[in-house]
Amino acid sequence: MSALRPDLAVIAANVAPGSRVLDIGCGDGALLAALRDGKQVDARGMELDPHDVAECVAKGLSVMQGDADTDLVDYPDAAFDYAILSQTLQTTKRPDKVLDELLRVGRKAFVSFPNFGHWRVRASLLWHGRMPVTRLLPVAWYETPNIHHVTVSDFRDLVAAKHLTVEGAWFLSGDKRISDAAASWRAEHAVFLLSR
Amino acid sequence: MVEPALHAQSHVLELAQPLALDGGQQLGGVRVAYETYGQLDAVRSNAVMIFHALTGDQCVASPHPITGKPGWWVRMVGPGKPIDTDRFFVICANVLGGCYGSTGPASAGPDGEPYAMRFPVITIRDMVRAQVGVLDALGIEQLHAVVGGSMGGMQALSFAANWPERTRAALVIASTARHSAQNIAFHEVGRQAIMADPKWKGGDYYGSGKGPEKGLSVARMAAHITYLSEEGMHEKFGRKLQDRTEKTFGFDADFQVESYLRHQGLSFTDRFDANSYLYITRAMDYFDLAEEHGGRLADAFRASKARFCLVSFDTDWLYPTAESRTIAHALNAAGAPVSFVELSAPFGHDSFLLDVPALDRVIEGFLKQ
Repeated sequence: MSALRPDLAVIAANVAPGSRVLDIGCGDGALLAALRDGKQVDARGMELDPHDVAECVAKGLSVMQGDADTDLVDYPDAAFDYAILSQTLQTTKRPDKVLDELLRVGRKAFVSFPNFGHWRVRASLLWHGRMPVTRLLPVAWYETPNIHHVTVSDFRDLVAAKHLTVEGAWFLSGDKRISDAAASWRAEHAVFLLSR
Repeated sequence: MVEPALHAQSHVLELAQPLALDGGQQLGGVRVAYETYGQLDAVRSNAVMIFHALTGDQCVASPHPITGKPGWWVRMVGPGKPIDTDRFFVICANVLGGCYGSTGPASAGPDGEPYAMRFPVITIRDMVRAQVGVLDALGIEQLHAVVGGSMGGMQALSFAANWPERTRAALVIASTARHSAQNIAFHEVGRQAIMADPKWKGGDYYGSGKGPEKGLSVARMAAHITYLSEEGMHEKFGRKLQDRTEKTFGFDADFQVESYLRHQGLSFTDRFDANSYLYITRAMDYFDLAEEHGGRLADAFRASKARFCLVSFDTDWLYPTAESRTIAHALNAAGAPVSFVELSAPFGHDSFLLDVPALDRVIEGFLKQ
């Protein structure tokens, strides 16, 4: 099996064995397969792209083709121990509502996203006055799927406004951990574990 | 590429017990014709049952007994294929009410005369009951999977809901948990076409030469339109004329699409019994899995521990994606492990029978587990 993306590796390391997990925007199912095989997790997924869903089914995973913005309503309350939303929050129409839904269907939620407050992004805007195209955000503004750019500080504010509990937070630059204090400008990726 | 013919074994089983039908009747002396491919393993755990569609038959991967054409799912079933006969013992039976060796309206009743319209109205669940009889006779307690497209998918759902212990997985393609008003309406057009043919004679046409060929072929023509997509029809035929350069200002088959449908209709009458068509379409119209289980579809699957996979096609307007999604949501609500995917294919409802490589991958991957 290929190595997991760093934010997924953080999530995989922190999911309790034997739990029930829904990975929303699960892509080709790499995380779900790792959780199933490594932690005996009851792993379910939701993915928009039919090719990825087919790939997941071919891995023996239970994955529904669906849209994080509209299709989470079909899951009952607290159906999962964890709802996972990796690298998808910034592509949803209403990230705040998606967050509510995550913590309705899951008792806890892992949310990972690229930090738009990273210093390279800030520098690009400051010096060039242009929306950044970086290693992590390789797509130009007009064709990026990222429609709600969010920084670590923005996300912390939203979590506070919703009175959610941060059970854990991990900040990454490549696969290196970044301290909480430096995260806002040095983290490329953030992973939060939330509960209500 | 010419492939060597797959070794199929043909069998006919006579059920020892009368079949208790949903309509309340007991049907005795039921025969079920079925084919098998591959080898049943020592612990009888590698069997896959395929259910055929409305006008299908048990010759899933062997030449058709009348037309000689390759089996209807030969692209899916065989050694090294997605439903791998090197690994699985594949069973496919002709449905109850059919006309390929299983008991149906053309079969002789207790008095030796064909049942015709004295044949009891049957349901999808009755069809499955007859096929469970095959599993009992073969000593197969639990299947690796049930698989079906269209009406075959209805049988797969009915099997998983009503015999939950007897399969570990269910793969349902281009199907529905209940027939919609539109589905029933199209079937009714077909049935009325058959019954309006004077040669139908209230169903008693057996032994009097050709039956209601005209009516049956019109029924097939109407149904065939529902199996294609508008886009697919437009691409294949457009407004092209058939073997002529000018319109004739008459009612010949000027257009290619007319000629094609007439051919489909006529050739169908060579291989299908009109009364079977009436009974099988009726069974499909009566299908409503939720109704059978107190009105909530999720309750139909409460006892199931099987894995499910639902596949729909974006151009299928007969059993559109929303129908598969409804089933998937019910399975989610019942806590069953379920996958659902809508595949893109230009062929409408018939996509499940045609060249859609993504479907091959899904079926192979789902059955591999």
